[in-house]
Amino acid sequence: MTADIKKKGPEDAPPPPPAAGAEAIRAVPVRHYGRYVTAVVAIALFGLIVYAFAQGRINWGAIPDYFFDDRIIEGVWKTLLLTALSMTIGIVGGVLLAVMRLSKNPVTSSIAWFYIWFFRGTPVLVQLFVWFNLGLVFEFINLGFYRDEWSDFMTPFLTALLGLGLNEAAYMAEICRAGLLSVDEGQTEASHALGMSHSKTLRRVVIPQAMRVIVPPTGNEVINMLKTTSLVAAVQYSELFRQAQNIGQNSGAPVEMYFLAAAWYLVMTSILSVGQYYLERHYARGSSRTLPPTPLQKIRQSVFSVRRPKGVST
Amino acid sequence: MNAMVKAEGVHKSFGQIEVLKGIDLEVAPREVFCLIGPSGSGKSTFLRCINHLEKISAGRLYVDGELVGYRQKGDRLYELKDSEVALKRRDIGMVFQRFNLFPHMTAVENVMEAPVQVKGETRATARARALQLLDQVGLGDKAGNYPSQLSGGQQQRVAIARALAMDPKLMLFDEPTSALDPELVGDVLDVMRQLAEDGMTMVVVTHEMGFAREVGDALVFMDDGVVVESGHPRDVLTNPQHDRTKSFLSKVL
Repeated sequence: MTADIKKKGPEDAPPPPPAAGAEAIRAVPVRHYGRYVTAVVAIALFGLIVYAFAQGRINWGAIPDYFFDDRIIEGVWKTLLLTALSMTIGIVGGVLLAVMRLSKNPVTSSIAWFYIWFFRGTPVLVQLFVWFNLGLVFEFINLGFYRDEWSDFMTPFLTALLGLGLNEAAYMAEICRAGLLSVDEGQTEASHALGMSHSKTLRRVVIPQAMRVIVPPTGNEVINMLKTTSLVAAVQYSELFRQAQNIGQNSGAPVEMYFLAAAWYLVMTSILSVGQYYLERHYARGSSRTLPPTPLQKIRQSVFSVRRPKGVST
Repeated sequence: MNAMVKAEGVHKSFGQIEVLKGIDLEVAPREVFCLIGPSGSGKSTFLRCINHLEKISAGRLYVDGELVGYRQKGDRLYELKDSEVALKRRDIGMVFQRFNLFPHMTAVENVMEAPVQVKGETRATARARALQLLDQVGLGDKAGNYPSQLSGGQQQRVAIARALAMDPKLMLFDEPTSALDPELVGDVLDVMRQLAEDGMTMVVVTHEMGFAREVGDALVFMDDGVVVESGHPRDVLTNPQHDRTKSFLSKVL
């Protein structure tokens, strides 16, 4: 049997050194030929796709020309602003709705239920158009100190903000509710037994622990929101996608501008993903015995372990 | 002397199920009062009624001469506001079977939390007192550890220190050693024994008959929501009068 195993080796491995104490295992690893085949196929397919795009009738040179164009940069800022503001509305509204849904008052909890049912059940693009055209229902807006015609009041920016923010609140409400429910009831009891009030219990004990459950999906929501903002191009708000479309139509390079927009979205979502990693790490405090290392720490560790074979822990 | 805890015909129902069927008992100040009985006998529920984590359905329950959870004006009972209930809970420490430490705070932060948040002590004062309490339960060197980095016995001792930080006049223990590995039980019981010697009034739901016999001043055997037998631990444990007590003790001793 041992001879069989040896035959499979590429060349004869040097005989294991006489070990002191426990002998380290030096076996010939199993060869995964299937992996080689799939790797080659995957690389070939990828190469074909790259080739197809490279020789297609796309003027790649146009992308760097316009990449830092003033209009594009303005679109990027507007996209970021819209993402930040509508997520703020979404998170504040979501927390509020989650607390309402968990409330013992049947009126507030059913209102929250109805809100979530409506906004999750209809497409956000449809909601955007409804907000935009609500002038057919309300001719004027009158807030007492502010009075205007609806069509002047409901600018593309406000339409986008309300449409995205209110829709997001419904999703955030479910995320927050799941987070609050994930905290063990014993925590609330222990806090109450110490004489802490409901609001202090919520703020000091429940929410910090719920955050561990709330943060990862919220990070996804932010990234999702950043991409969903491209929908508001349809209601005339000149964020990144609309700017790219406009340039594309004027310069005669529409497809190139779509690629440009895609590249910008990728840059922004990549940066957000890094931020999410650190945020999740922060809220992992206490739940795991040791925090996972940051990428920087990982790099440092591997560099040091080359220099000092023992390795260092940071 | 006034009783620290006084129960008169305390009933408690969860929906249709009656868990406590008229409990009468008195806990004197500086007394270690042990509650034993099979699981489901209502002893933990009764303990949780004492600091109003559960509302009683009928009867009267007093702590230090005051009604728990209600105010009496004439014949009428008025429910206390949440803030008033919280105010009364400050004086009653509670230790849970599953510790319920706050996992996102270190040991010392757990102990400091209530003094800072509830009593408004400065962080420096609270920290100094917290470190002293951790020392007292033998964990002075673990102050900076998170609960997940501590053993069950260590966590439970932190939980005791956390309850003591509010300077309670009464301590409730809900099966404090039931979730612990056997070799860790002793450390927790030692802390409780020390607490008893210092004159703390304690109500202890426990399965540790040895502890009840050595440290307890009074003992009640509960079964099916009623007090079956009560007396000095030595008498009840060595010479039970009722059949139910006898059969229970024969199983656990």
